[in-house]
Amino acid sequence: MSRSTDLVSRILDIVGTKADAGVYVRTGTSALTRFANSFIHQNVSDDVVHVHLTVALDGRVASGSTTSTTDDALNSLVDRLVTVAAMQPVDSEFPGFGGSVEAQEIDHFDEETSRADPNARAEIVKTFVGAGDGLLAAGMCGVDSYTDAYGNTAERFIDGRMTRVVLDGIHQTETSAGSGHSAGQSLGSIDATGAGRLASHRAILGINAFDTKPGEYEVVLAPEAMATIAQFLTGYGFSGKSYNEGMSFVTLNEQRFDPTVHLKDDVSDPRGLGIPFDAEGTPRKTIAVIDGGATPSLLHDRRTATKAGNVSTGHASVTGEAWDNRPSGRNLFFGEGTWSEEDLIAHVERGIYVSTFNYCRVLDPKTVVVTGLTRNGTFMIENGAITGAVTNLRFTQSFIDALGPGRVKGIGANGRFAAGEDESGTVHTPTFHLASWNFTGGAAG
Amino acid sequence: MFDRAEMGVLAAIDAGATYADARAVVAKEESIEVQNQHLETLDVSERIGVGVRALIGSSWGFASTGDLSNVGLRSCGELAAAIAKASAAVAGPLLEFADVPVVEAFWETPHIENPFDVPTTEKVDMLVDLTATMQRVEGINLAYGMVAGWDTRKWFVSSIGHRIEQHIVEAGGFYTATAIGEHETQIRSYPQSFGQYETGGYETIRKWNYSDHAERIAEEAVALLTAPEMEERQTNLILESSQVALQIHESVGHAIELDRILGWEAAFAGTSHLELDKLGTHRYGSELMNITADATIPGALGTFGYDDEGSPASCVDIVKNGIWVGVLSGRDSAAVAGLRPGGMVRGDGYNRIPMVRMTNVGLLPGDGTLDDIISDTDDGVYMGTNRSWSIDDRRLNFQFGCEIGYEIKNGKLGRMLKNPTYTGITPQFWGSLDRLAGESEWTHWGVPNCGKGQPVQVAHTGHSASPARFAGVRVGVKG
Repeated sequence: MSRSTDLVSRILDIVGTKADAGVYVRTGTSALTRFANSFIHQNVSDDVVHVHLTVALDGRVASGSTTSTTDDALNSLVDRLVTVAAMQPVDSEFPGFGGSVEAQEIDHFDEETSRADPNARAEIVKTFVGAGDGLLAAGMCGVDSYTDAYGNTAERFIDGRMTRVVLDGIHQTETSAGSGHSAGQSLGSIDATGAGRLASHRAILGINAFDTKPGEYEVVLAPEAMATIAQFLTGYGFSGKSYNEGMSFVTLNEQRFDPTVHLKDDVSDPRGLGIPFDAEGTPRKTIAVIDGGATPSLLHDRRTATKAGNVSTGHASVTGEAWDNRPSGRNLFFGEGTWSEEDLIAHVERGIYVSTFNYCRVLDPKTVVVTGLTRNGTFMIENGAITGAVTNLRFTQSFIDALGPGRVKGIGANGRFAAGEDESGTVHTPTFHLASWNFTGGAAG
Repeated sequence: MFDRAEMGVLAAIDAGATYADARAVVAKEESIEVQNQHLETLDVSERIGVGVRALIGSSWGFASTGDLSNVGLRSCGELAAAIAKASAAVAGPLLEFADVPVVEAFWETPHIENPFDVPTTEKVDMLVDLTATMQRVEGINLAYGMVAGWDTRKWFVSSIGHRIEQHIVEAGGFYTATAIGEHETQIRSYPQSFGQYETGGYETIRKWNYSDHAERIAEEAVALLTAPEMEERQTNLILESSQVALQIHESVGHAIELDRILGWEAAFAGTSHLELDKLGTHRYGSELMNITADATIPGALGTFGYDDEGSPASCVDIVKNGIWVGVLSGRDSAAVAGLRPGGMVRGDGYNRIPMVRMTNVGLLPGDGTLDDIISDTDDGVYMGTNRSWSIDDRRLNFQFGCEIGYEIKNGKLGRMLKNPTYTGITPQFWGSLDRLAGESEWTHWGVPNCGKGQPVQVAHTGHSASPARFAGVRVGVKG
């Protein structure tokens, strides 16, 4: 029995017959090494214990969490929630707790990585820094190892585990910066040399950047930029909560995107980085949120599914994660094409290559019109080749329209986990060539 | 809990640390959300643990645990030291640590009603009533309200003798009315978008008289659906004070963080357009621009007694008559820059390493009122309540959107305008500040969701502001 499953059992024992209840427990280690100016300046490790309990008394619901596992703390949590729930109005939309389920045989876990010490992270950092050949490096290497368990008074009990390693970094010259990234289930899957070389290549290419006129440009969007698009479309559009509230752009099965676009949430993919069930203990189903340009299905938790006359797809969010107030995708995979990134660039007459977006914010959630900037490598493409660097640009662009019918000119075969705006390691995507992107100005004015 | 923190510090020192400190934290949070008269969330959370920071040579290590047993805390302190040793594999220059007074102290947020002592039923009933009021306005699809309270107790111990206990109490909330059109949504919020939060008890919520504004904001949200778009042009821009507060947060507060200036946040949060050798000479804005970082303002969200390095709360000049004169700093960053530490280092809960964070970074008031400013404006636009915010990694190029706008003609508010936006470059924008309302409209706005660091930390920051006018700003940016 793992520490998490033991805690679930202890808490359900404490609840006893006082209420119906469901409890989600995460235990493990979250460690992260940050570096800047080419040295490690912050280096942390958290012994993670997170207990999240929901109780229901005849439809009166309250939830709460604690990081303490003493008998006093757990008894206090249960008593407090039962007392508070009893005083609340009946939650007419509470779907109840789900019954027993069969666990999927998915185990995105690497034993060696789960035992990694700070020296292993330091080695990865050292390799990334060294790949820059003297450029100034900054970034982070994070290693997470979790065992999660869920149990409830309706006989549902499920557990699983995951390891995840993420390396995000930049190399800098006096006037430019370039980024490189790598993520996977294990320490061995991290290509620190490749990420470091890509970052330094982009940084050197970025020297002597010039201002370019704002306007509509063809773009080649690297995986980091595409990851942000996936996260925004999913959060604002493909979440059952947004859809139920009328805030989503989605009309089911309507062709809103180019037929070449496919996006699914798929924890069963062997490359996946997540726990195979959600915060309600529901096994995560593979859901295509874009299939040939249309949206056949949405991401639901038990509450949004009930309201929509559907069943949960296993996408209830764990408290504290990005988009934790709604069902969200945490194992997103864009369908890959057949082109190399060089091929995609070769088909651009005049356009912009974007390594990363920065500080994206939605102006209108229903149209997913977003403003943001480019960062860490923005380059001019002319006659099929990168001809120089341009200074960072601001854009205002509907992410839906950008991938609209006829606007996807090519999709790369270079899929990998990428660091989007919200979180690293939740989106696997290749580079895309898009027909148009609306740049509104240069970052320097 | 002092003994728990001491256990972690001693273990780190025994394992070779030359300096160590630790915070034992018991943090309670209550969050209640109601949508369309329906209770969506009632969440009561508690985070209890100890975080230990250890310094060896020039390298830091930090470890945290919720296991408060002797074994757990010794292990945590030893891990912090081991991490510091591992950091030496990619070591930086010798780290100095600016001196601060060693104190034993207790500090508590002045408050009347601890938010946890107010019955949850009272809070739920208030939010249900508010959403009912908003839903009675035809055209409102989503009526939402939330209140939150925090009660945080911290015990800080350092290997040089600090013993500081603090009890910080915070509360706040907000509500919104959303009208959904065929191809757009319009939203209005009160007191401000994402909420108004302050240090203090539940009285900080009561004083905003929530029920007086629900019908008005609902009507405004519906009216916005049919209001004309703001025209793209350069004109006088008058900002309501909560938007001035966010402007300060994004284009001043983050830019003056010394860790950003030193490049320590380069890969994630970003750097700063400010260069240390121009401290004292760089013109940040017009003569009207006077900014302080003041962690001592009663009731403001960024107020405390001591920071998480044991430095006392301070009030520091940041911009004086438009000239940049100060930074936000901690003991290590200040030493590197050759400055005095400002006492502005805080960690999010027990399990995050303390880092440079804003306290209350505010714009000192001018004189007159918003009405005076509007009366003195022949042509311009007024914008209120933030809806979107985006700024580049050097805190230079920004674009903000607000919930509501009005045209101003011949000293009077005219038509309501939807989707108001403006864009600018930080020093030029602040250089165009030409009117600033006075103390009667000076508000201590609170931002409860300032993200920074990896793993991401959320800080509570304060920003005092009054309505202000900026000349020649590009507004109505559509793209």
